[in-house]
Amino acid sequence: MIYLQAFVDAVALGTLFALVAMGIGLVFGVIRLVNFAHGELLTAGAYALLFTKGMPIVVRIVVSLAVVVALSAAMEVIYRSLRTVSPATVLIATFAISFLLQNAALLAFGTQGENVEFLTELNKAFVVGGLRIRWITVVGLAVGGLTLAATAWVLRRTDVGLQMRAAAADVQMARLLGVPVRRVVVMAFLVAGLLAGVVTLVLAVQRPLITPTFGFQVMIPALVGVVVGGLDRLVPAALGGFAVGFATVMLSSLLPGAQRVFLNTVLFVLVITILLVKPDGLFVGRRRAVERV
Amino acid sequence: MRRRLAVWQLLGPSLLVVLVAVVGATTPPTIQFQVRSVLVTAAIVVALYAFVGNSGVISFGHISFVAVGAFAAGIASAPADVKPSTFPKMLPFLANLEIGNVQSLLLAAVVGAIYAFWVGIPLMRLSGLSAGIATFAVLIITHNVIRNWEAIGPGAKTLALVPPTTGFLQATIGLLVVMAVTYAYQRSRWGRRLRATREDPLAAQASGIEVHRERLIAFTLSGALAGFAGGLFVHLLGSITTEQVFLDLTFVTLAMLVVGGIGSMWGALVGALFIAGLNAFLVELEKGVVVAGRDFDLPSGTRLLTLGVIMFVVLVTRPSGLTGGRELSWPLKRGRRA
Repeated sequence: MIYLQAFVDAVALGTLFALVAMGIGLVFGVIRLVNFAHGELLTAGAYALLFTKGMPIVVRIVVSLAVVVALSAAMEVIYRSLRTVSPATVLIATFAISFLLQNAALLAFGTQGENVEFLTELNKAFVVGGLRIRWITVVGLAVGGLTLAATAWVLRRTDVGLQMRAAAADVQMARLLGVPVRRVVVMAFLVAGLLAGVVTLVLAVQRPLITPTFGFQVMIPALVGVVVGGLDRLVPAALGGFAVGFATVMLSSLLPGAQRVFLNTVLFVLVITILLVKPDGLFVGRRRAVERV
Repeated sequence: MRRRLAVWQLLGPSLLVVLVAVVGATTPPTIQFQVRSVLVTAAIVVALYAFVGNSGVISFGHISFVAVGAFAAGIASAPADVKPSTFPKMLPFLANLEIGNVQSLLLAAVVGAIYAFWVGIPLMRLSGLSAGIATFAVLIITHNVIRNWEAIGPGAKTLALVPPTTGFLQATIGLLVVMAVTYAYQRSRWGRRLRATREDPLAAQASGIEVHRERLIAFTLSGALAGFAGGLFVHLLGSITTEQVFLDLTFVTLAMLVVGGIGSMWGALVGALFIAGLNAFLVELEKGVVVAGRDFDLPSGTRLLTLGVIMFVVLVTRPSGLTGGRELSWPLKRGRRA
């Protein structure tokens, strides 16, 4: 029973991580940039929810999503200046942006954190066959699943999605064939922002204490998931994010009490093992035609 | 000419270090501490460069070697009469150990080397982002173990009463040793082979260079230097927690390396002195100083913000770093580039 309970929670966390991972993977696919500052999108959204405390729910959701998408678009503009720079420098530069935003939040709001009080009633649980399931778990699963499906649909069935996949496969070729690469890059950041916004809404209910590292704490495991799953393709990246979230919860319930503090050790030993065995990604099949989104 | 250049490329940076130390020694005591910490930070960055700069593989895990070195040196040299009562779960042989300053620094280097070698055997097969994430995983694991396994570490407590022996002399000599070893390695056949794999792994392999072996050599050496720098660090602070050698330090040291110029030791040193110096300056500003008869007092937190902005600006305007990733050139005559 305890494991079934853990399983439900594991799936819920996995879904959230998958959404974050998909955002990171989407941007990486199109411009080969690992955006370390992706987590700060979540943080910004969470602070937006905090500032609209007391306003109608719809207003709070819209404002939060708008802030996250706007910040994502702003990041795109900033990263434009890095186009010609070596990958190592880009990596550190996005890390610098993340560091910058975290410290800006720290300076503005302090380390203490504040309760966001967003849809708190969703934290109540109902009991099904001995399992205590919080409403937010159900809502999070539904919202997460729908968002993943919608993103997949956009990528597979729309012109923009086709162009994104083309740009991800080969930017140069796509440009020659008339794909408006710049617009595609902007779109990738907007979609990534939207995904981050959705995660923020669910996460703010589950973890209502908003601190400057609110998003960073989620971004790191999600990024690990992206690389473990397979950075080059979107579905493996999302699955990797899911796997890390899932493994975190399952391991913490499987490890005996005194050993639970070593959760991170076990988890990251697993990560290293997987990277050694399958450096291209756990969920990437044998080399097929390279398709990154 | 070439020999003179080779000497100058080590001597020039060394002179700069000595200059910084000598000038620093004449400042008021609070600033003296800042200058010493700049020197120790520079030692960490140069140790990081020994691997990252020469191999071209980004390592997020080097601070774990600094941590291992710092805790090895710290625990081994903290007084044996208080350790058993402060850390009741610590292994008796560690709790009763008390060694001298120099021995503890050597111990830090040896432990750093062994750990890096052991970790490097599997990890050096990876490259690119997988290597980045795997080394990051090492950092998380090291932090997690030192923090929670109370038989070998201080746990969540602060390891205090470490003899604060890193004065100006020790900081300067320590940094010079790290630089000399790094430079000697870089110009040795092993260093050159590794740099060849950085430029073009396929061509290097085709010329008979074993990438894995060369990277492992550099990783071990770099781990030894990082462990040694960790020893300097713990003797500088006198007390240390696991959080001080974790994510923040990882980011800051990597940023220093990239800002200075990832491809040269001169770049590592310049980046470290520039950012760490700026950081020290801002720390003093946050405390409040009197400049030209007026009182300046920045709100705390401005420091990291300013640091972030400046790093980003440097990265955008000078993507290959302040030094462009080149070693120091001969200042008097325009000679051939090294």
